[in-house]
Amino acid sequence: MRRLASLVMVPIFGLVFAGCASSDDTTTSLRIAATSSLTEVFNDIGEQFMQANPDITIAFNFASSSDLALQISQGLPADVFASADVKNMAKITAAGLLHGQPVAFATNSLEIVVEKGNPLHIDSLAQLATRGLLFVTCPIEVPIGGYTAEVLRNAGVTVTPASLEENVKGILTKVALGEADAGIVYRTDILAAGSSVAGVPIADNVNLTTKYLVGALRDSQNQDASQRFISFLSSEQGQKIFSQFGFGPA
Amino acid sequence: MLALAGVSVAFFALPFAGLIWRAPWSKVTDILSEKSVGTALWLSLETSLITALISCIFGVPLAWLLARVNFPGQSFVRALATLSMVLPPVVGGVALFFSFGRRGLFGQYLNDWFGIRLPFTTAGVVIAQCFVAMPFLVLTVEAAIRQLDSRYEDAARTLGASRLYVFRRITLPSIKPALVAGVALAWARALGEFGATITFAGNLPGTTQTMPLATYLALESDPEAALILSMLMITVSFVVLVGLRDRWLGHQRNDLVS
Repeated sequence: MRRLASLVMVPIFGLVFAGCASSDDTTTSLRIAATSSLTEVFNDIGEQFMQANPDITIAFNFASSSDLALQISQGLPADVFASADVKNMAKITAAGLLHGQPVAFATNSLEIVVEKGNPLHIDSLAQLATRGLLFVTCPIEVPIGGYTAEVLRNAGVTVTPASLEENVKGILTKVALGEADAGIVYRTDILAAGSSVAGVPIADNVNLTTKYLVGALRDSQNQDASQRFISFLSSEQGQKIFSQFGFGPA
Repeated sequence: MLALAGVSVAFFALPFAGLIWRAPWSKVTDILSEKSVGTALWLSLETSLITALISCIFGVPLAWLLARVNFPGQSFVRALATLSMVLPPVVGGVALFFSFGRRGLFGQYLNDWFGIRLPFTTAGVVIAQCFVAMPFLVLTVEAAIRQLDSRYEDAARTLGASRLYVFRRITLPSIKPALVAGVALAWARALGEFGATITFAGNLPGTTQTMPLATYLALESDPEAALILSMLMITVSFVVLVGLRDRWLGHQRNDLVS
C-alpha cells in the first residue's frame, strides 16, 4: 500500500514542481485584480501594454472591488489591485498589504441605465421611485452600490430595489435582459454595452465624479513589472485609451 | 489503502476544522439574533420546505413513470429530468431566465396574460430550488421502485386493482424509506441552493435572499457573521445526512432479511 501511495504521490508532486519551474526567466506574468467596471478598457490597455512590453504577460481578474479587497486580504495571489473607490483601496492600505501609496489614474461618472429604446420613458432620478418599477443595484459595500445610494440621497429620492446584484455588470445584465427596468451604473458601462441598453444622464448637480485607484501589492514578486503597468495607466498612451472608453482624467 | 482513505477523510474534515477554528463563538447569540439573519433563515426554511413539497407532488409520479412504464424516449426523459444535477446551477439560472423571465419564452406570456412575474420574487426562489433539487428525489425514488418486486403490483392488478390503487397501497408503502430519504435530500439541496437562485431570483433581504446568499454577501460586510451562518448551514445539513444514513442502512438490512 505504501508503494501504491508513493506511485500516486510522486507524479502529483512532480506536476506541482514542474508547474513552479515552468515560469521561465524571460517573461513575467503579471496578475491584475481589477474592479469589474474596468473590464473593457483594461483588456484594451493590457493588449497595448503587452505590445510595448513583450517581456510581460498580463492576466486580469475582474470582480467587484469589495470582493477583490476581501480576496486579497485572504491571500489572493495578485500583483496589482485597481479599485473603483477609495474605501476598498483603504481596506488594503490599512491592512498593510500595499507597496507604496495608491495612485489615482481615471475618473468616471454615473448614469441611469434603462432597457434599449427606454420603453418606460425614464428621464430623471425621481422617476426611479415609480411604483412597480424594477430597480436593481448592488449592496452598499460594492462601490457602485455606495455611489448609487449617494446620488439618490443627493436627489432626495427614495428607491426600493428589486435586487442587490454582485457587481455593476450584474446590474447591466439584468437591465439588458429586460428583467429589470433600471439601475444606476458608470457612464462608461453604458458606452461599453453599446446598443443593448440605453443611458439617461443624471443632472450634474447631483451626479458624482468617482475615482479609480491602483496600487502594487506588497507580497508580489514582480514589483518592477507592476510599477511599469501602473505608470502605463497614467502615461499619454494609457490616458488616451481611457478617454476613448469615456473615462475622465484623474 | 487506509492511508489514502485517511487523506480523503482529512480533505473533507479540514475545511470544517478551519471554520470551527475561526468562528467567533462568543458572538453566536448576537449574530443569530440579528434581524437580517433571522429573515434569511426563515426565508430559507419556508422556500426549501415548499420546494420539498412540490418535488414530492410532481417528482414521485415522474419517478414511477421512469421506473414502471416503458415508453419511447424514456432515457431521454430521464437524462432531461436529472440534467440540472450536473449542470452548474448558474447555467440553470440563466436557462430559467430565458424561459420564465419577464422577456423569456414562456415568461412573457405569464407576464402579459396573467401579470405573473417570477424573477426577483420568492416564487422565483422556489422555482430555482425545484429545478436543482427535484432530481435528487426523482432518482432516489425511481431506484427504490425499480428494486421492488413488481410481482406484488402485477398480482394486485390481476385482481382488479387500478394503477392508482396499486401505487397507493403497495408501491408507496414499500418505498417509504426511500421517499423520506429523497424528500430530505431534495430539501437539503434546496436549502443550500445558491447559483440558480442569485441568477434567476436575484438577491433582496426578505424576498429572495436565502441563507446561502446572505452568507456569501456577509463575507464582504461582516465576515464573522458569514462564519456563523456557515456553521449553522453545516450543522443543519450534517444532521440531515446523518439521519439519512441510518435510514438507508436500515432499509438495506430489511431487504437482506426479507
